[in-house]
Amino acid sequence: MAHLNGSSDGNFRVIGTRPIRHDGVEKVTGQALYGADYSMPGMLYGKVLRSPHAHAKIKSIRIDKALKHPGVHAVITGADFPEVKGVMAQVGELVVNTHYLSLNVMARDKVLYDGHPVAAVAATSKHIAEEALELIEVDYELLPPVMTAEEAMKPDAPILLPELRSRFIAHRTDPGSPEGPDRPTNVAAHIQFQRGDLEAGFKSADFIVEREYRTATVHQGYIEPQNALAIYNPDGHITIYCSTQGSFNVRTLTASILGLSEGMIRVVPAEIGGGFGGKTTVYLEPLAVLLSKKSGRPVKLTMTRSEVLRATGPTSGTKIRVKLGATRQGKITAAEVWMAYEAGAFPGSPFAPGAMTTLGPYHIENLKIDSFDVVVNRPKVAAYRAPGSPASAFACETALDEVAEKCGIDPLELRLRNASHEGTPQPAGPPFKKIGYIETVEAIKNSDHYRSELIGKNRGRGVASGFWFNGGLQSSATVNVHTDGTISVVTGSVDIGGTRAAMAMIAAEVLGLNVTDVRPIVTDTDAIGHTDVTGGSRIALATGLAVYDAAHDALRQLKQRAAKLWEKQPEEVQFKNGVFTASGENAAPLTLKELASRLARTGGPVTGRATVNAGAVGAVGNAFATVCVDVEVDPETGKVQILRATIAQDAGRAIHPSYVEGQMQGGLAQGLGWALSEEYVYDERGVLRNTSLLDYRMPTCLDLPPIETIVVEVPNPSHPLGVRGVGEVSIVPPMAAVANAIYRAVGVRMRELPMSPPRLLKELMRKQGTSVEQQAAAAD
Amino acid sequence: MATVIIPAQLRKLTGGKDRVKAKGRNVRQLIEDLDRQFPGFSEQLLQDGDVKPSIAVSIDGEMGTGGVLEPVGEDSEVFFLPALGGGRENPGG
Repeated sequence: MAHLNGSSDGNFRVIGTRPIRHDGVEKVTGQALYGADYSMPGMLYGKVLRSPHAHAKIKSIRIDKALKHPGVHAVITGADFPEVKGVMAQVGELVVNTHYLSLNVMARDKVLYDGHPVAAVAATSKHIAEEALELIEVDYELLPPVMTAEEAMKPDAPILLPELRSRFIAHRTDPGSPEGPDRPTNVAAHIQFQRGDLEAGFKSADFIVEREYRTATVHQGYIEPQNALAIYNPDGHITIYCSTQGSFNVRTLTASILGLSEGMIRVVPAEIGGGFGGKTTVYLEPLAVLLSKKSGRPVKLTMTRSEVLRATGPTSGTKIRVKLGATRQGKITAAEVWMAYEAGAFPGSPFAPGAMTTLGPYHIENLKIDSFDVVVNRPKVAAYRAPGSPASAFACETALDEVAEKCGIDPLELRLRNASHEGTPQPAGPPFKKIGYIETVEAIKNSDHYRSELIGKNRGRGVASGFWFNGGLQSSATVNVHTDGTISVVTGSVDIGGTRAAMAMIAAEVLGLNVTDVRPIVTDTDAIGHTDVTGGSRIALATGLAVYDAAHDALRQLKQRAAKLWEKQPEEVQFKNGVFTASGENAAPLTLKELASRLARTGGPVTGRATVNAGAVGAVGNAFATVCVDVEVDPETGKVQILRATIAQDAGRAIHPSYVEGQMQGGLAQGLGWALSEEYVYDERGVLRNTSLLDYRMPTCLDLPPIETIVVEVPNPSHPLGVRGVGEVSIVPPMAAVANAIYRAVGVRMRELPMSPPRLLKELMRKQGTSVEQQAAAAD
Repeated sequence: MATVIIPAQLRKLTGGKDRVKAKGRNVRQLIEDLDRQFPGFSEQLLQDGDVKPSIAVSIDGEMGTGGVLEPVGEDSEVFFLPALGGGRENPGG
């Protein structure tokens, strides 16, 4: 690891070490319980009937035959859902419209994508439930689908949601002029950031690079499909077991969709087989609750892989235009970026964070960014690792590579000449606090990888950088001191990336314990204070802060107990290396274990508690990463092989370096899949054609080289441990790094994702002045 | 008085000015003063008496989470931004 600006070496006893994770044995022996593992006496199995059409009116639904089918206990449709008033609600890191969320969970009068739920059944077996689905009769009136932002923004495009009006958008853009045109639109929202004098900036440039880019819809690809088991008690209390990144999110959203009080719902988060942002909302939970209420029995639903791909939220496909002006010395004088993000069937794409992060690594005085949220007949998108940023970075970081080439300077040097630092305004305006972007570029520049020579035909090396805000939000923690001197650390943060270990390490550090003396627990919504989602790279930072404070609260109480034993004042008690001491007589030093055994006689158990809103206390630190990739292109097939990949990322301070490295490698691996092979393929009717992982091609270990990591540590000055979020920014740079490497390998600039063999081969043929068909004929 | 940086979408309200002065010890008072000077700000920024969920407030480089209760300093620099997850108001639902 590279330790910069305040090394932690020697300052910590536990933080920075690599202990074995506490939940490791349960997971490798198969004892850990995932959502689909839960079972209850008398439990029914639910299945969902989904629309086979991308866009259609529902004229009628008949469920009587399904209800009469032996073994069927309940059938629900949109008619069973209450009308939900459309309000924007802050739910964890998301802002959601509860009206549209309800329509996404179950269609009412219209289906808006292939896979949209139209009914659900609960029966005594999965097979009976599947049979019953075939007995439900739905009469559709087909409507033309609109599948891309470009099509959807045309004036004569088919309209998905009649209530979206252009007058409203115009009013947002120009609130002083409410009398705009009033016609239906698929553009749900527009945002603009502008500073400086764009015209003057471009005028002062020696040259301009202006390009257009397209990125595909891609899925998070978590290995565990969504699932939910609901138990509706006769007294109205509800328990839900499910795979989620945010149990409190599930509670809030389910209550909102079903018109219930949150206090009536208890959500128990199961172990989670990946989420990457995709499990921050609800799909099955409200259906399971309604089916359980109707049947009077527990009901479990589990999605198939096909359902996951068709009907859960992937991330947006985009269309992006970039215009950069620069001097021959490599100074960027102006930038203009236009972006359209496909939201899927309902508003709410990451168009705003995309705009707020694009070009974030650079100080550009004259800047204009426009970003649009556009509805299309695809599944409603969900968060995916640094939502919005990877697509805009692909466009801008590829255009920057062209700027470096025109200037004749090293691409990393170009980045350093324009790099953001403390005080630089972000694209949205506020200045950066202390950040480590430059350090990530220098770490790559000085890496063995970048300094090595790349030899061989059709091989090339590319670099790119990325920025992500990171989240703060709310967390709660409890530290229970047991009579043997061990402790348990209780939080509500679902453990996706090894955060149990990180929480245990923080508590052990504060209380002078071995990490094996700490048992980290993830509990349910009734057993801990409000805790927002495991998302936004916020758990080590925000829940870590709550654990840090709760451990200090326990320590404060323990000092009081030691003082009581010694008949001294608490402020006379010292604590160092796990031992309580005080000067004077009758104050023999006590270890925490010795003191813990005497808690009963000094006032009873000790429990430390803390709640935080990490944003409110300004603890959030921004994240940057820079990536270097070597590729080899097969000019016969267009296939790209990744030869070597290195990522440098600012972690602030790595609590458990192995899990930080894991996040860096995971994000980069996902980015390589996004770059080369992953995309939703729809036919002309808007039906998804690649609904299995055989056809939706994610990278496997055979596709990837070992990914080298350089953990840069520029401590976050706003956090007591210097922590920055580490979970997301690693996915931002890889696509552009690969595109830039391909250019250096074969001289072709790729501006559309994925850079799959057919697409790259086409560009290679175009460069050679031939076509694929001509080449095939020549081969014959 | 605090300096408020006006987002591009709201500059029509300020006659094109990208930054204006406003007084207030917290965000509520600041928005009230903005609305007095440039009518329309409250409608754009508030919902049910608090800052709209789709809007985040940055004060002196920190993303505030206290909504209208967020303190504002005498010389603070205030930005109104989209909330992290994006989103929009729903005109019809």
